[in-house]
Amino acid sequence: MHSLVFIKQVPDAAQVRVDYETGTLIREGVPAIINPFDTHAIEAAVQIKDKFGGSVSVLCMGPPMADEALKKALAMGADNVFLLSDRVFAGSDTLATSYALWAGAQKVIQEIGPVDIFWAGKQAIDGDTAQTGPGIATRLDVPLVTYAVEVKEVDPSAKKIKIVRLLEGGTETIEVPMPCMITTEETLNHIRFAPLSYLIKAAKTPVVLLNSSNTTIDASQCGLKNSPTKVKKAFTPPKRERGEMIEGSLDEIISAVYEKIEPMLKQLGRV
Amino acid sequence: MIKQDIKQYKNVWVFIEHNDGKIERVSLELLSKGAELAKDLNCEVCAFTVGDKVEHFAKEVGEYGAKKFYIIENSVLKEYRTEPWRNAIVYLIDKYKPEVALIGATTLGRDLAGTVATKLSAGLTADTTALDIDPSNKNLLMTRPTFGGNLMATIFCPDNRPQMSTVRPGVFKAVKNQTTPEVIKDKYDITEDQVVKKIIEKVQTGEEKVNLSFYEVIVSGGKGMGKKENLKLLEDLANVLSGTWAVSRKVVQAGWAPQSRQVGQTGQTVHPKIYIAAGISGAVQHVAGMKSSDIIIAINTDPQAPIFEVATYGIVGDCLQILPKMAEMFKQKLVK
Repeated sequence: MHSLVFIKQVPDAAQVRVDYETGTLIREGVPAIINPFDTHAIEAAVQIKDKFGGSVSVLCMGPPMADEALKKALAMGADNVFLLSDRVFAGSDTLATSYALWAGAQKVIQEIGPVDIFWAGKQAIDGDTAQTGPGIATRLDVPLVTYAVEVKEVDPSAKKIKIVRLLEGGTETIEVPMPCMITTEETLNHIRFAPLSYLIKAAKTPVVLLNSSNTTIDASQCGLKNSPTKVKKAFTPPKRERGEMIEGSLDEIISAVYEKIEPMLKQLGRV
Repeated sequence: MIKQDIKQYKNVWVFIEHNDGKIERVSLELLSKGAELAKDLNCEVCAFTVGDKVEHFAKEVGEYGAKKFYIIENSVLKEYRTEPWRNAIVYLIDKYKPEVALIGATTLGRDLAGTVATKLSAGLTADTTALDIDPSNKNLLMTRPTFGGNLMATIFCPDNRPQMSTVRPGVFKAVKNQTTPEVIKDKYDITEDQVVKKIIEKVQTGEEKVNLSFYEVIVSGGKGMGKKENLKLLEDLANVLSGTWAVSRKVVQAGWAPQSRQVGQTGQTVHPKIYIAAGISGAVQHVAGMKSSDIIIAINTDPQAPIFEVATYGIVGDCLQILPKMAEMFKQKLVK
């Protein structure tokens, strides 16, 4: 079984703050991490390898510093790691990104061999679009299973996999042939502690660099210029003003709150 | 990137999401918004969907202003599966060429939109919270939050059509606007053996699906509610105020409440008249989903909790004491 996991390096969103003076995000000192949803995709791929054998490849698109994320993926049990990094990708929207990652995946397949399961997190915590995974699956022309919460059954000989995925208000169990693409929820698995052997391997395994010169990537399908969507403007949402703190005894507080909201309750026909 | 002859594309299309014979509320909200956009573009708002026996939705989409209703019916399309639905929808869009296609940012909508847009090489903006037409060039302006709501971006798509967007439920209001839509039935030939994906089992989690955007009063609880049993206090106060109850992400993660009750970036966006946040610290992801409420009342034991930064009225105290007392005192006042 060969898994290929698509990951993204992201700023730790929990630590990003807004500078309301300038209307920008303050990223200084904010650590870069593997997109949390993607760590569950790596874990799922490694668990399948542990059970059925094979290998786990990981592909990341990003600036040169994203090799740190790939080193972490190795420490989680990945075997081969690839960094797709080139200026021609700068400013790619989700359509262009899915193209670049698809092209990178072709190179991984050429180097390592055919892939049984493609994995990705359900979305990245910086962009929150949840569009790249479905886009890559479409380009790969493999069945897509989003919002996976359980790998129910893997049958390597029949080349089939059963996945439980989230619906609104429930779940469904889907059976698809491999190769397929699965995007993961956080509840899919628990990230295990990496054994020392993985850490040693991580230190020894090189990150393979992919770019427009050593792949067949068509630069006219990537980057800001070739992305159908453009950013017209970015701005910080107006800050809601801190209101009034209400103090006093419990009875006083509740009476005061009631008086404050009574006009609204009247408007709503509650009084 | 191939530049298209964008003048060939006309009308605003809204995807009608349906499940068990019922239309998802967000689709009706998008029809209402789509009608406004169509007015600015001097074109028509149209509904479209695929499935098995979907023609009867014509009446309801007409109530919300759809001028035309494009459908493909096929028993293979009875239940949602990405690939056959995608192919049928791509066929419709290729044939009729709408200039705008709006899809609800639901679990189904987000699964579908990315794959449809990729097939069409169309620009797609996720989780839009505002839609406008640029008066100078008639492009659709799609505004969306990123970084957990910390940054907003306005996206446009100058050279490709359709301009596609997924839109969060609850962002726009569904407004009735009676029409009788023309039903345009199309055929897309597909047989079950052409579909490799099989649905083995569907399980409803038992909790009713709650559309929190219906409610004008929401009493919402966070981890500060202490334990699952205490969520009853939210429900009690919500009943007094003829509203409903909701929770933060942490409560869902703790397994105290279903995801269908979650407000926030990964839950539902709400804008009630009154939002009571009890024991909610106010993570940016939660605030992104509720900060457009008219009145926010925050109750938290920690005076430094970020929820107070967005609250209209703040109370430093224990929600487990305050909520029942509020329910009791409000009840006396409201019964009069």
